[in-house]
Amino acid sequence: MTDRAMSAASSPGDVAGTGSETGTGQSVSVVLPPVLAALAGDRKLLRLPVPDMTTVAAVLDLLGRDNPVLDRRIRDETRAVRRHVNLFVEGEDVRDLDGVSTEIRPGQELFIIQSVAGG
Amino acid sequence: MSSQQQLPPLVEPGADLTVDEIERYSRHLIIPEVGMTGQRRLKNARVLVIGAGGLGSPALLYLAAAGVGTIGIVDDDVVDTSNLQRQVIHGVDDVGRLKAESARDAVARLNPLVDVVLHVVRLDSTNALDIFSGYDLILDGTDNFATRYLVNDAAAILGKPYVWGSIYRFDGQISVFWDKYGPNYRDLYPEAPPPGSVPSCAEGGVLGMLPASVGSVMVTEAIKLITGTGETLLGRLMIYDSLAMRWREVRVRKDPDAEPITHLVDYEAFCGILPADAADAADSAAISVRELAGMLEARGRGDDDFELIDVREPGEYEIVNIPGSVLVPKAKIIDGDALARFSGRKLVFHCKSGARSAEALAVAQRAGFDSAVHVDGGVAAWVEEIEPAKPSY
Repeated sequence: MTDRAMSAASSPGDVAGTGSETGTGQSVSVVLPPVLAALAGDRKLLRLPVPDMTTVAAVLDLLGRDNPVLDRRIRDETRAVRRHVNLFVEGEDVRDLDGVSTEIRPGQELFIIQSVAGG
Repeated sequence: MSSQQQLPPLVEPGADLTVDEIERYSRHLIIPEVGMTGQRRLKNARVLVIGAGGLGSPALLYLAAAGVGTIGIVDDDVVDTSNLQRQVIHGVDDVGRLKAESARDAVARLNPLVDVVLHVVRLDSTNALDIFSGYDLILDGTDNFATRYLVNDAAAILGKPYVWGSIYRFDGQISVFWDKYGPNYRDLYPEAPPPGSVPSCAEGGVLGMLPASVGSVMVTEAIKLITGTGETLLGRLMIYDSLAMRWREVRVRKDPDAEPITHLVDYEAFCGILPADAADAADSAAISVRELAGMLEARGRGDDDFELIDVREPGEYEIVNIPGSVLVPKAKIIDGDALARFSGRKLVFHCKSGARSAEALAVAQRAGFDSAVHVDGGVAAWVEEIEPAKPSY
């Protein structure tokens, strides 16, 4: 699973390949940084089924349903995205779009990064 | 991504190159984008490298080889054997020496034409502006959030650009921040993660050659900024995953709501180095490794009853552990329910040296484990005083 998951974590422009590889057209890909992947069973790539056009907040709700600790690391008690975590839909920071209300549709990717300080 | 404004060269060309310099830098001189003028800019450039560690090692070597005229090094640490797996500027003979001095000698061996200035201090709010003011450009290769925000704010206040690189295990992030012309670090990450939620290199480990990949990109950006060549990473963040061997790029924009940076603050408080309650807990409920040894003996006889919880990471536990301990990494305790299964028990926490166990202790005390304590000095003190044949790291 890991090898295929990593090879499918494609660049923002490579949308078509993301959904078709598993035959699940109706899903969004969530790509996690390693610090957070540890809280999702060491999975860097998760495919979450979505009915149709949805929002980043709805995808995070779905992600948090099975991974509550991960959810707490991404969002605070008020459901706001933590300030050391950034979310990108197709390479664009959602803070520059509509925040967690930003729309995301099946086949697209939610790319999550978080601040690290090692040197 | 090609919309970046063309930045002017950061540094004016210095004096004409000598015959020796022309020979040494000839492979640069015949690249039109660098050429004689670019090499004279490098000769005239003053670059400050913060941290002569993982990222600093390749950065310093490549800056020196490229002919940067003056290189400053900020580091007050000494070389440890565990550094040599990745900090390639230092060697076995340098163990125990100041990293700054070891790095200076390595630079001199590589390129004696470089002037090296040492700043053997811990960068803080009292010295950062003064040190930075003597340089054109800063490379940030420190290992903690507090210093990273300090570097950002000092550079922004002085209107200077800096190259930021950061690593974790197999992954790296790199950008250029220049508040005068684009985003700064606070636009990307307005706040640091809660203390302890991201393991440091010492706690989480780092692949030895990861700093080479990230550090060499940092120097590439430095050379481009100095010579005014190419398109820099200002406004872009590169994210490197060495396991997948993939680079990704995202945009970084100025946050229109961000407060302007006008003065330095208390960075330890901003990043919450060790929560106050953890510091209190550490002071009030610490036991020594000798006391722990006695307690473990008593437990073996059935005269004492407690749970010894090692809050380090699995890789650290594998290197060395205290017999009779159970591993529960600190993040699992801070995130919530890992302590539930110990309800009603007396808990003794330990880590490598005592900082992480103090944080776990504070969480346990808040959760009602009133008799919980932690081990002063952690497994490091245990190896030193109780089981000296075991490895330290």
